Amino acid sequence: MIKMTATGSDIRRMAKRAKSTIEQGGAELGHGSAVSMCGVTHAFSGKQALDGLDIEVPYGRVTVLLGPNGAGKTTAFRAITGALEPDEGQVESLGFDPVSQGSSLRRRCGVVSAKPALYDRLTGRDNLLFAAELHGMGRRIDARLNEVAGRFGILDALESMVGGYSTGMKTRLALARAVLHHPELVLFDEPTSGLDPESAQAVLALIRDMTVDGSTVVMCTHLLSEAEGLADHIVMMEAGRAVIAGSPESLTERFWPNPVVELEAEDPRILDRIASWDVVISYERSGMVARIEMADLNELPDLVTSLVRDGARLGRIDPQRPTLEDLYFMIRRNEIPERSGVGSADSAIRGLAPVGHNRSHHFDSAETSPIASIDSVVPSHGSTITGDAAGSLNK
Amino acid sequence: MSFDSLGLPASTPNSGRIATQSHGRRGRTERPARSSDAGFSWSRMLVITRNELRQLIKSKDYWIPLVALGSLFFVFIPGFLMLIITKSANTAVVQQASQALSVLPDAAVAKIRGTTPQGRTAYALAVYLFAPVACVVPLTISTAVGAASLVGERERGTGEFLAHSPASAREIYTGKLIASLVPGYLTTLVGFALYSLMVNVFVGPSAGGWFFPTIEWLVMMFWVIPGFLLLTLSLVLRLSARVRSTAAAQQASGLITLPVIGISYAQASGTLLGGSQYSGLIVGAVVWTIATISIIRGVRSVTRNRLLGVAQ
Repeated sequence: MIKMTATGSDIRRMAKRAKSTIEQGGAELGHGSAVSMCGVTHAFSGKQALDGLDIEVPYGRVTVLLGPNGAGKTTAFRAITGALEPDEGQVESLGFDPVSQGSSLRRRCGVVSAKPALYDRLTGRDNLLFAAELHGMGRRIDARLNEVAGRFGILDALESMVGGYSTGMKTRLALARAVLHHPELVLFDEPTSGLDPESAQAVLALIRDMTVDGSTVVMCTHLLSEAEGLADHIVMMEAGRAVIAGSPESLTERFWPNPVVELEAEDPRILDRIASWDVVISYERSGMVARIEMADLNELPDLVTSLVRDGARLGRIDPQRPTLEDLYFMIRRNEIPERSGVGSADSAIRGLAPVGHNRSHHFDSAETSPIASIDSVVPSHGSTITGDAAGSLNK
Repeated sequence: MSFDSLGLPASTPNSGRIATQSHGRRGRTERPARSSDAGFSWSRMLVITRNELRQLIKSKDYWIPLVALGSLFFVFIPGFLMLIITKSANTAVVQQASQALSVLPDAAVAKIRGTTPQGRTAYALAVYLFAPVACVVPLTISTAVGAASLVGERERGTGEFLAHSPASAREIYTGKLIASLVPGYLTTLVGFALYSLMVNVFVGPSAGGWFFPTIEWLVMMFWVIPGFLLLTLSLVLRLSARVRSTAAAQQASGLITLPVIGISYAQASGTLLGGSQYSGLIVGAVVWTIATISIIRGVRSVTRNRLLGVAQ
């Protein structure tokens, strides 16, 4: 396998861009935060569940807490609503102190926990009615109950005992219950846990809908596919801490600053010559497939033309767009061993400096990656090519 | 489809503090004053009570055995025995039964009415044996309901919902306490109403007319038993908040409530402080005082950590 890495000047340029991105990341939270956690710690029987957690959740957006099991996502959730009192640190949710003003805060929150937490011996309507009454909506709210149940596709089952519901129906009922009282802040803890793919897709679409009216959504998951396309803001957690945070775009720009293109040729050795070209930051080839990191994707047509002129018969040209999964593992590789704080410019530089090396590591599918510890995730290692990316190439 | 498209109001209870934001999304809440909201909402407490009772009513497998227990001790067993005694021609049996009643305090014996040995024996059994035994039933029923209430939330996972709800720990505790009290006390009222009817029909003719409930039993039903129920429940709910399973809660509740049941039986049978209405008032007052203290202390046992099942 051939590996080429970026030059020193390239690295300095990338680091400068990363610093700039971090500054922009800070600005995107400039409107104030729906939830602000600062140095929050919580331990269970001596085991640190939250270890100095800092989170800012922007208003009216979907924020996804990503992390492996045991990262502290659920504990963070509980601290946000005041269901759990932190040992140390400060939490402010919707401007309230969750501990001393918990009741006022929780009236404005809707929570869907990992288990639907429904009363099986009651009907769906009774479950909704209980939640409505607890939130002070009164008892004469049949129209609202029917409306929400209809929206979540459970209207026909509303008079049945919840014990007879399928897992998907229970999740839908829990979702309906969470939004019944028009919450400003909606929290979802692994919302598609136990659902079949179709139901999971439907639930995610419903969550997306919730933000249309401006509700702030916080969702925690260890399933990267769930967060893909849904997250406006990502907080990556590990061992009770936020490792990094930002919008998918800013994280992409930060950790995947240069476009990557996959090329496949009849005689792949011809491709090796482009490694030394100015527009190519890094190059590696494994078998028939060469992956190049370019400074500018606009240079691709010229690069292809040159290759063809040199006699290359190209079978495939694929610009790669990183999925959230790619980003996740890239960040984990770059950030977690450093134990750096959120938004640390220094850490970003450290993370970006060995890009060529990391990329080559990333692209080597034969190697074991640290993702083995992440449940239910099969790393694609950059093999996922989105339809959009492929489409843009064809044009 | 958005909430707005459904014609729903965009504001929440604090709509007065909603400010519009330039990005077109719903405005954010301005920071409220830093006042604590530790108040007690009676309406929320009643919502919790109602939800508990609704579950109980819809769980036939739960309340049918309890109704059977009440029927057995309030109606069938005493009815059957009193029918035998009042209609029995076997005087030896009646004599034996009446001798057994000699253990009663003198004040109680002096109050026994009846023109025949059968009548006197039936009267004594109705007032000093069967009715006190029946007192155990409401305590048992309330204990069974209360033991499962808090730990049940945790076991079903609904504790998570309650922990994230606006209800305070005090509202949850009190709501559950009342929900556990209602079936027990309802059993007391309905059970003793049926029991009164039955003993007056069976024993009344030979005891000089309708006699039950006596004044002592009225004090017992409306003053002493509710106190004992509350005391028992305050202890049971504390246990229910702390243990890990409903089975453990029920076992431990049995042990804890046994002395309370014993004391209530002693008072009902007239063994404690002579069984007069005055002693009933005194015992009731003492029990109510202890129950109040126990309830106040018991509120602390309900924490959100315990509802979530993460208490250390």
